[in-house]
Amino acid sequence: MPELRLHAFQTHHVGPIELAVAAGECVCLRGASGSGKTLLLRAIADLDPHQGEAWLDGAACSQMPAPVWRRKVMLVAAESHWWAERVGTHFPSDYDPDRLRELDLTPDALHWEVTRCSTGERQRLALLLEEPTGNLDPDTTAAVERLLDDYRTRNEAPMLWVSHDTSQIQRVADRGFVLEDGALRETS
Amino acid sequence: MIALSIFDLALAAILVIGLAALSWHLRIGLEQRLLVSAARTTVQLLLIGLVLKVLFDNAHWLWVSAMAAIMVTVAGREVMARQKRRFAGWWGFGLGTLSMFLSSFTVTVLALVVVIGNTPWYAPQYAIPLLGMILGNTMNGIALGLDRLTQDVAQHRPALEARLALGQAWREVIADSRREAIRVGMIPIINAMAAAGIVSLPGMMTGQILAGVPPVEAVKYQILVMFMIAAGTGFGTVAAITFGSRRLFDERHRLRLDRLIQPKDD
Repeated sequence: MPELRLHAFQTHHVGPIELAVAAGECVCLRGASGSGKTLLLRAIADLDPHQGEAWLDGAACSQMPAPVWRRKVMLVAAESHWWAERVGTHFPSDYDPDRLRELDLTPDALHWEVTRCSTGERQRLALLLEEPTGNLDPDTTAAVERLLDDYRTRNEAPMLWVSHDTSQIQRVADRGFVLEDGALRETS
Repeated sequence: MIALSIFDLALAAILVIGLAALSWHLRIGLEQRLLVSAARTTVQLLLIGLVLKVLFDNAHWLWVSAMAAIMVTVAGREVMARQKRRFAGWWGFGLGTLSMFLSSFTVTVLALVVVIGNTPWYAPQYAIPLLGMILGNTMNGIALGLDRLTQDVAQHRPALEARLALGQAWREVIADSRREAIRVGMIPIINAMAAAGIVSLPGMMTGQILAGVPPVEAVKYQILVMFMIAAGTGFGTVAAITFGSRRLFDERHRLRLDRLIQPKDD
């Protein structure tokens, strides 16, 4: 069972943090701007230097090459960024275009030029979610929530979800935390 | 060759003073910098003339290598000074200096030993001017390339980190910026080679012709120097950009912009 676990986890002014997200569990994270939610997610994805250790499925982050860890513990940043001209270049070569229908996009979207995509179409799927529906309209928000929920249950993926929207947290979260003064406090 | 008198040089200096006066009249505001750099040229070149005279009279390898060491150190400082975001700590100086040392010295020694074949091979009349020309161009290439690399990475940080977050290795992530930086460093010498003889008559060749060397002999030396400069610049830029790219990431494939000194104006 893949479980995401943090022990004595510390980065910048955040931590030390103890947290375990069980397989298929969705944990939501809230906190004022500057409280370090982004820093925490970046450190869990090993994009920032940090102390302490993180495990996925019993395997320690420091014991595997960083790219391998990041493919397993994927961070979806609030702002998505394109680096090539065509949308399709950003996807793996074996990506099934039909999967785009789940997001109400046509498979043709892979051949679009990046500039054609509105920010609403730039979100993608993962494990460490930084306000994944931040810029979306209510309908697409619902579609993304469905997609993530489906992914989570199908893969028993642990999910750490940063959101400001309390009604969204009530919809999707199994447990909720607030990040305050570098420490996590569980909310009901 | 006709020797120049002080009077001849003073005549040329009047032209520069005239230009300064024009700058003052038109309020361009460059007159002070123009005069100061003209004075620097005079003093620095007279000094190096004296140094070279002493060096040529005492062609000991120790003196030649001391001179070469000073030249590469000054070039390293110059590379560092031209960076908008240079590497913090010793890397800022060491990166460019080491790359220049590796490429310029190797190429110069190769030219002296294998191609020119003078005895002794380190004869300062050949070694110092050759090293100077190769070093000067390599310095430009490395400075341009490194500046481009660090600017590019700082500018595209979010996209680079998005690719890292998707599990790409640092080599894959930096490849585009790296290629572009090497291109930028090498373009000037490629352009110089393409334009040589048609648009521009290179300084060394012109100097030799003025000194009475038959044009075809001067041209052969110029071709040799051009190739050496191209090799020195190319290998030096590739080395500097390669070390620099590596330094921008740590062993956990994290982009470490904290290893660069942020420019003051933003």
